[in-house]
Amino acid sequence: MSDLALIGPILAAMFAAATPLLFAALGELVVEKSGVLNLGVEGMMLVGAVCGFAVTIQTGSAVTGFIVAAVAGAATASLFAVLTLFLLANQVATGLALTLFGVGLSALIGQGFVGIPLEGLPKLNIPGLTDLPVVGQALFGQDIMVYLAVAAVPLVHLFLYRTRAGLVLRAVGENHTAAHALGYKVLRIRFLAVLFGGAMAGLGGAFLSMDYTPMWAENMTSGRGWIALALVVFATWKPVRAMLGAWLFGGVTILQLHVQGLGIDVPSQLLSMLPYLATVLVLVLISRDVARIRLNAPACLGKLFHPDA
Amino acid sequence: MSFIRLEPRGQASKAMVYATPLLAVALTLLSGFVLFMAMGFDPLKALYSFFVAPLTSVRGLGELVVKATPLVLCAVGLAIGFRANVWNIGAEGQLTLGAITGGGLALAFYGEGGWWLLPLMVIGGAIGGAVWAAVPAYLRLRFNASEILTSLMLNYVALLLLNYLVHGPYRDPDGFAFPESRLFEADATLPILWAGTRVHLGALFALLAVAGGWLLIARTFIGFQIKVIGLTPAAAGYAGFDQKRIVWLTLLLSGALAGIAGMGEVAGPIGQITASISPGYGYTAIIVAFLGRLHPVGILLAALLMALSFIGGEAAQIAMGLPKAITGVFQGMLLFFLLASDVLIRYRVRFGARRAAA
Repeated sequence: MSDLALIGPILAAMFAAATPLLFAALGELVVEKSGVLNLGVEGMMLVGAVCGFAVTIQTGSAVTGFIVAAVAGAATASLFAVLTLFLLANQVATGLALTLFGVGLSALIGQGFVGIPLEGLPKLNIPGLTDLPVVGQALFGQDIMVYLAVAAVPLVHLFLYRTRAGLVLRAVGENHTAAHALGYKVLRIRFLAVLFGGAMAGLGGAFLSMDYTPMWAENMTSGRGWIALALVVFATWKPVRAMLGAWLFGGVTILQLHVQGLGIDVPSQLLSMLPYLATVLVLVLISRDVARIRLNAPACLGKLFHPDA
Repeated sequence: MSFIRLEPRGQASKAMVYATPLLAVALTLLSGFVLFMAMGFDPLKALYSFFVAPLTSVRGLGELVVKATPLVLCAVGLAIGFRANVWNIGAEGQLTLGAITGGGLALAFYGEGGWWLLPLMVIGGAIGGAVWAAVPAYLRLRFNASEILTSLMLNYVALLLLNYLVHGPYRDPDGFAFPESRLFEADATLPILWAGTRVHLGALFALLAVAGGWLLIARTFIGFQIKVIGLTPAAAGYAGFDQKRIVWLTLLLSGALAGIAGMGEVAGPIGQITASISPGYGYTAIIVAFLGRLHPVGILLAALLMALSFIGGEAAQIAMGLPKAITGVFQGMLLFFLLASDVLIRYRVRFGARRAAA
C-alpha cells in the first residue's frame, strides 16, 4: 500500500522535472528542423529564468514573468540568429558563445535577486479527477505550465507535418539551395525558427526559477539546456519522442532524489551524476544507429547559407 | 532590396584575419563603456579599474600570468582539435580530473614525498585529463555520439566527482569537516618562478605547450593531416588519412594538457584540493582558442587578454563594487564580436542597392 501511495507523487514530480526539458527540446527541435544548430540553449534558458523571475518579483504577476521570459529568450536567440544567418558565423562557435554570454548576463541581472523566495504557481486541482488514486495528482494536479508544455507537443507536430509553413520550414532544413530557388526566404524562415527556439528555452528556464525551484541561483539550469540538445537527437527530431525522452529524464532526475529515501546509501554527489550519465548513455544508444540518424537529421543542419554565394 | 550586402571576396583576406580580433576587442570595450554607463558607473573609471589598474603592480602582472597559464594549456589543446573539427567542449572536466588525479597523488604520498613526486603528479594529471577525454573520443568513434554533448556532460560529472572527493575521501582528516584536502607539502607544490608573485612552474609548461603546439601544427605530417581533415574532410578521406587516429590524438592531447592545467592549479596557486578549483578556465579556453585564431602564438596573447578579464573582474569588484559576473559578460561579448567581425575575412561589405550582375 505504501509503495503504491508513493507512485502518485513520484509520477507528479517526474512530469514537473520533465517540463523545462520539454520546452527547451521542442524549441530546439524546430530550430534544427529549419537546418540551424543552436548550441546556446543553456544560455537562453538562463536568461529566460532570470528575467522571468525578476519580472515576477517586481510585478507580482507570473503571467507577465513568463511572457517576459519568452521574449528574453527570443531576444537572446536573435543575437545568435544575426551572427549565424546574416554574418555567416560558425554555428557551433556562436552557440557556445551564446551559452557563455547567457551564463554571465543572467548572473549579472540576477545578482540582486539571489536568495529571494517566490511562491511558485498554483496547482490546478480538478475536483474529483485530482483525487483519483495513484495517477490523480500526477495527471490532474499539476500547474498550467506543465500542461502547456505537453500541449505544445501536438501543436509542434501538427505545425511541422500538417501545415504549409511547417513543410516550407522542413524544406529549408533539408535543402536550402532548392528552397531558395523556389523563392522561399531561407534566412527569414530560419530567423523565425531560432526566435521560437529562444522563446521556448526562455519558458523552460522560467519554469525552473519561477515554479520548479522557485528562486534564482547562478547557473541554476545546471546543464538542462545541454540535456535538451541531447533529447533532440534522442527524439530523432520527432516531437512525440522528445516528450517521451523528457519524461525519461524527468524520471532519472526524480530517481536520484528517491534512491536515498529508499534506504540505499550512496553519496548525493554520485547520485546527482545520474542525469548526465543517462544523457551520455542515451546518446550512445541512439547515435549508434548511423543510418537512422542520417535519415532523420535535417540534411542542412549546421550548414551556412548565403543567397549570393 | 537591402542596403547593406555581403559580397564574397575571391580570396580570404589575410589582413582581416589579424585585424578582426583587434576590432572585436575594440567593440567589446565600446560595449563595456555603454554597459557600465547603463549600470550607473562612471564608465571611464570602471574600464580603467577593470583593464588597466590590475597591470600597474608586480602582483597584478604576476596574477595575469597565473590566470593565463591554465588558459593557454587548455586552449592550445582545444585549438588543435577544433582545427580537425573535433569539438572538445570538455576542457573544464578534463582540468578537474587532472586536479583529482595529479592532486590525489600529492595526498597519497603525503609525508613521504621526494623530488620525484612533482613529475609523477604532472604525469598523473595528464593521464587523468586524457582518460576523461578518451571517453568522448571512444564514444564518437565507436558509437557515433557527438563529442560536443558527451564531453560537456562529463564536465558536470567531473565537478560532482570532485565535490564528492573533497567531502569524503580527500577531506583533510584534521580539517574540522571543511570540504577541502590537506595543504600540499613542499614536495608536492610547484616552485615559484617569479619572487613576490604566485607565478609558478606551470607557466613554463604553458610556454612549452605553445611551442609544441606550433611545431605539431606547422612542422609535422600529423599537423598537416589535422589541417586537411578540418578544411576538407572528403579530401582527407581520398588521401587515406586515418581520421580515427586524428580524433584520438587531438582529444587525448587536449585532455592531457587540460589535466596538466588542473594539476598545476592545485599544486600551484591553490596548494590543496578544494571544491572549486577553476572559475571556468575550460570554458574560457574555448574563447581563447578562437580569439587566438587557433594558432598557439595567438592563443598566448588571447590568454593574457582573457586572464586580464578575470583579474579585472576581481579588481573592479573590490575597487568599485562592480558585480563579478561582468567578467562572463565581457568574455561572451568578445567572442560574439569576434565571430561577427570574422565575416570581413571572407566577405566585403557593400552599401547601396545591388548592381546588375557583371
